[in-house]
Amino acid sequence: MSPDAVITAVGVAAALAAAIGLALGWAASRLAPDDGTLVAQIDALLPQTQCGQCQFPGCRPYAAAIAHAQADIDRCPPGGDATVRALAALLDRPARPVNPAYGVSKPAQVAWIDEERCIGCARCLPACPVDAIVGAARQMHTVIVDQCTGCELCLPPCPVDCIELRPVPVVAARYRMHRAA
Amino acid sequence: MMAARPAFPAGLALDAHKQLAAGLPIVELQAPAQVVLALDQGSGSMAQPVVAVGAKVAIGTLVARAGDAYATAIHASIAGTVSAIEQREAAVDGGRGVCIVIESDGTAAIDAALRPLPDLTALNPDELVRQLRDAGIAGLGGAAFPTATKLSAARTHGVQRLLLNGAECEPWVCCDDALMRSSASDVVLGARILQHALGTAECVIAIEDDKPEAIAALRAELAQQDDAALSIEVVPAVYPQGAERQLITTVTGIEVPSGGLPAEAGVICQNVATAAAVARWAQCGEPAISRVVTVTGSGVARPCNVRALIGTPLAALIDAAGGYQGTPMRLIAGGNMTGRALASDEVGLTKAINCVLVATSADLGVRLQAREAPCIRCGDCAAVCPAGLLPQQLHRATLADDPESLRRLGAHDCIDCGLCDFVCPSQIPLAHRFREARRRLRVADAAALSAAAAKARFERREQRLRAAAAAEQQTLDTVRSRAREGRDGATGPADGTG
Repeated sequence: MSPDAVITAVGVAAALAAAIGLALGWAASRLAPDDGTLVAQIDALLPQTQCGQCQFPGCRPYAAAIAHAQADIDRCPPGGDATVRALAALLDRPARPVNPAYGVSKPAQVAWIDEERCIGCARCLPACPVDAIVGAARQMHTVIVDQCTGCELCLPPCPVDCIELRPVPVVAARYRMHRAA
Repeated sequence: MMAARPAFPAGLALDAHKQLAAGLPIVELQAPAQVVLALDQGSGSMAQPVVAVGAKVAIGTLVARAGDAYATAIHASIAGTVSAIEQREAAVDGGRGVCIVIESDGTAAIDAALRPLPDLTALNPDELVRQLRDAGIAGLGGAAFPTATKLSAARTHGVQRLLLNGAECEPWVCCDDALMRSSASDVVLGARILQHALGTAECVIAIEDDKPEAIAALRAELAQQDDAALSIEVVPAVYPQGAERQLITTVTGIEVPSGGLPAEAGVICQNVATAAAVARWAQCGEPAISRVVTVTGSGVARPCNVRALIGTPLAALIDAAGGYQGTPMRLIAGGNMTGRALASDEVGLTKAINCVLVATSADLGVRLQAREAPCIRCGDCAAVCPAGLLPQQLHRATLADDPESLRRLGAHDCIDCGLCDFVCPSQIPLAHRFREARRRLRVADAAALSAAAAKARFERREQRLRAAAAAEQQTLDTVRSRAREGRDGATGPADGTG
């Protein structure tokens, strides 16, 4: 084998590598995966409690942060380990328990306002991320149970601590049925 | 015409145990001192009470109205006082439910508002359907599904075929048989009224071939009436022949598609007892306050069929059948295949309870000592499934808690007939597992819906807050620019005049 042939072979390989590298580099910059789609996919797995325990102002911002690798997948206590598992499966990462630094998983709950003690200050209204509290200044406030996500964000602004979280009312569909025979 | 074999996929001929009570006359049970009316009469949806504790009610007074299309209106079945509206043992999912309790005042006062229908053809069909809803008429075959809701759906779809279900395939249950034997004219009159409500041309009464007396009674009634629009179809006695979709397939050859309604396939199915209840309502204005119930099993002395008021404690029904005997092991509302085990005989009769089965260990047989063993993949369950499902595959998906596979394998098409676990040599409680799996799917679907709603509300709120912030910014900008202009304007002329 002549030295020329070796030089030609190495040259061709180098040229190919450079060309493919450039093409891939261009493709990576111009044909990036649709960012919005990934965020929406992650968002769909989150419980939509909008509680902010992940330190992001709602589920979609947290989904965006996960998509941009700015946050880990273990920050969602309302979703619990099941949500982490689903996120891990979607993103092809190892699953892990929810990080207790961001809160603990609780059974489903809804806010309840003690209407005797409510002074009608209206401070809880803007705190609710899903507009589930009705009321007005100097009027009694009440929580729309069906729309409350149990995020606890209404608790801190209340000056008289008249809001408490109660377990979601048990309905027949949640019971275990027993066999007849 | 008799079909050689059922047209639905499989099924099984079971020991009927019906001869104990079917031939005896129906016992009219006396009004009890107290009735317990569950707000959920068995359809899974609760009616809304319209009376308060302490209210005086007469027979037929509306005590709870149907809040949605799946609930049924409830009427006082005795005259007296509402003594409580509270959680009690009830024949509903979970074993407890809100009930209206009425104490009798000993009279038989009838609500003044009740009056018989003047002439069924005088009412327009829409008005008739509305009145059936108000009368609380619901499917007496065991589901207590509101008849008016079914009729409305059928009217929307222009259904032309009415199928009266007298198959009564469940072992032990024979209340429809007894009713057809004794009140064939009521069944036929009810069929006429339902036909008028639907505007249907054709009505078929389907009866299993193990009820020759009922068939003869209805044939005799039809012979008198000489009505070409009504006919009787004798169907083979195979469990679960009386399941709505399976019966429709047997009689019409139509297979109701998965997730579809019978009305969409052009058929509506009503129980014969429901038709008889419609006739009672039309003849004397009586809303649905009573029904015929089979009280049977080796655990009662004299099995029989009784006509009892809705809300009567089941203990009174058992007394009418001679009381308990031997060692009863289970109290079951319904038959042994699809019935529901009850914890107490203080439970009030609902519109859905067609049978009270007091079962001894002899009736329950091997099931009482059932020890679940692993699936050996024999495939017997698939061979009997009348819905054409693969219970063995469904079982695996249930164990894996895999919602996608459960949906793909048709968990929602399971009719809960119980045949798969009846034949399972490993004694796996398959039907129970599938019911549980369907419940979990429903809970997950509900959670997904409420998450979507929360997300939409959150997004609208964000939008509103952004718009408010932008508007505020704009106002601020306008004020600032005006102030600047004002300052410039003020300084300009000042310079000019100064």
